[in-house]
Amino acid sequence: MPTEPERDIERTSWSLGDLLSPREPIPASLYILLGVSSFGVLLLLWAALTYGGFIDALFLPTPGRVFRAGLDLFLELGFTTDILNSTYRVLVGFLIAAVIGVPLGLLMGTFKAAEALIEPLMGFIRYMPASAFIPLFILWLGIGDVEKIGIIFVGSFFQLVLMVAVVAKNVHKDMLETAYTLGAKRMQVIRKVLLPASLPGILDTLRIIVGWAWTYIVVAELVASSSGIGYMIISAQRMLRTASIIFGILTIGLMGLITDYGFKWLHARLFPWVE
Amino acid sequence: MDEPVKLRIHQISKAYRGDGHEVVAVDRIDLKIRNREFATILGPSGCGKSTLLRIVAGLAKPTQGAVQLDGRTISGPGRDRGMVFQSYTLFPWLTVQQNIQFGLELSGMDKAGQERVAREFVEKVGLRGFERAYPKALSGGMKQRVAIARALANNPDVLLLDEPFGALDAQTRALMQELLTQVWEEFHKTILFVTHDVEEAIFLSDRVFVMTARPGRIKAEIDVPLERPRSYELKSSETFLRLKKHALELIREEAIKATQYKDNE
Repeated sequence: MPTEPERDIERTSWSLGDLLSPREPIPASLYILLGVSSFGVLLLLWAALTYGGFIDALFLPTPGRVFRAGLDLFLELGFTTDILNSTYRVLVGFLIAAVIGVPLGLLMGTFKAAEALIEPLMGFIRYMPASAFIPLFILWLGIGDVEKIGIIFVGSFFQLVLMVAVVAKNVHKDMLETAYTLGAKRMQVIRKVLLPASLPGILDTLRIIVGWAWTYIVVAELVASSSGIGYMIISAQRMLRTASIIFGILTIGLMGLITDYGFKWLHARLFPWVE
Repeated sequence: MDEPVKLRIHQISKAYRGDGHEVVAVDRIDLKIRNREFATILGPSGCGKSTLLRIVAGLAKPTQGAVQLDGRTISGPGRDRGMVFQSYTLFPWLTVQQNIQFGLELSGMDKAGQERVAREFVEKVGLRGFERAYPKALSGGMKQRVAIARALANNPDVLLLDEPFGALDAQTRALMQELLTQVWEEFHKTILFVTHDVEEAIFLSDRVFVMTARPGRIKAEIDVPLERPRSYELKSSETFLRLKKHALELIREEAIKATQYKDNE
């Protein structure tokens, strides 16, 4: 019989002791409830502080004001275009990084010679902050989309290469050796074992990296920009429209979350065999 | 036994360089495994028996000596020497059937042929109904059954097994030994089996080679004249117990040496 991890199914009573036992399972409904309530508590706290008049609206506007600012942004100020512009920059920068970075990372994780050649350089560059490249990139690439995409690329590429290399390196050697004893040649071992074994890990890496790309977009759009979510945030700051700033930040969080879930969904669809 | 020599292990030595001093894992081992023989290398942990098997598989290079299969010196891994490892080495993205077909596909066999052979071996190892299951749905014992089926389906000249049941619980292990005996009695492949389990070695083999602790040498050779087909009842027979006692004494001395060796490190 196929073996499944053991799970309590018929359990109905839970005590406080269960919740306080390290790593012990809790009811699924409670798990969801707790997750939702952490958002709820934050929202309540925010509402209490602002509607109660404890904080100046200039520093922290009420949830209602932020919501209305959001409506204004979408209806009057063309925020949809900003979102589309930012999404375009994130995706293009991220895709270029992925298209070059994944093969490079695989090479690095597969061949010691490639590792020796590439790893020291990557390890060095990845510690250079992407935001510090902005002046240089403006000088080289101007102030258009290309410069923004360049920042996203720098922010994601080097990490991606190193992470993909680790994924490829973690493919169990016994598995490669088994393939050899079944008659596979070197290239077949790479194509038929190393590559498929690495795919889930690569997709996971891409998921994490695209999340980072979303955080870099603000930095990229804060300087020398005329559109995008980051640009909206910086212009709202000049006008002291705090509510718009908060709405912009929430939007980026939401975009990151949506991308993250998209990747998780894809992972479950593509790799049903992963344990 | 009048079968010709199938596998010749000729004065194999293997030394590693670790922490500045040289460690001899395997020292001048000389073996002749006959065609259709079930031979087992029995040794304490760390005696270099797995290293020897990896050299025969072509996955490791000996420092000295050579391995010959049917008189030809081997130079690397190949499909003529199938191997089953202790760790679970099934390809998790392939189903049971696709795993078994892996080597067949590489050999260029047509799809229909692959499926026919895979079905046959799924049956042999008692996994009918699991053809489309992914390895993640299988228990440890079932995974090793697929690994054995995959190696056998590829029709190798010699089957190498490196403690294939080492990670299984005692009951599953006993059942797997019986299954392997059955399968072997049917196919009669030349098998070189590696284990540290005395009972397993005697139950399965025609001949058992006992290895010394590091450096690994052949200490003794035990002929196992038990009749075939073998079943678990044999394990309580007088001959079996006598052979087991003999082997236990030999291996115990080496196990004690091995622990002392480790303590000195």
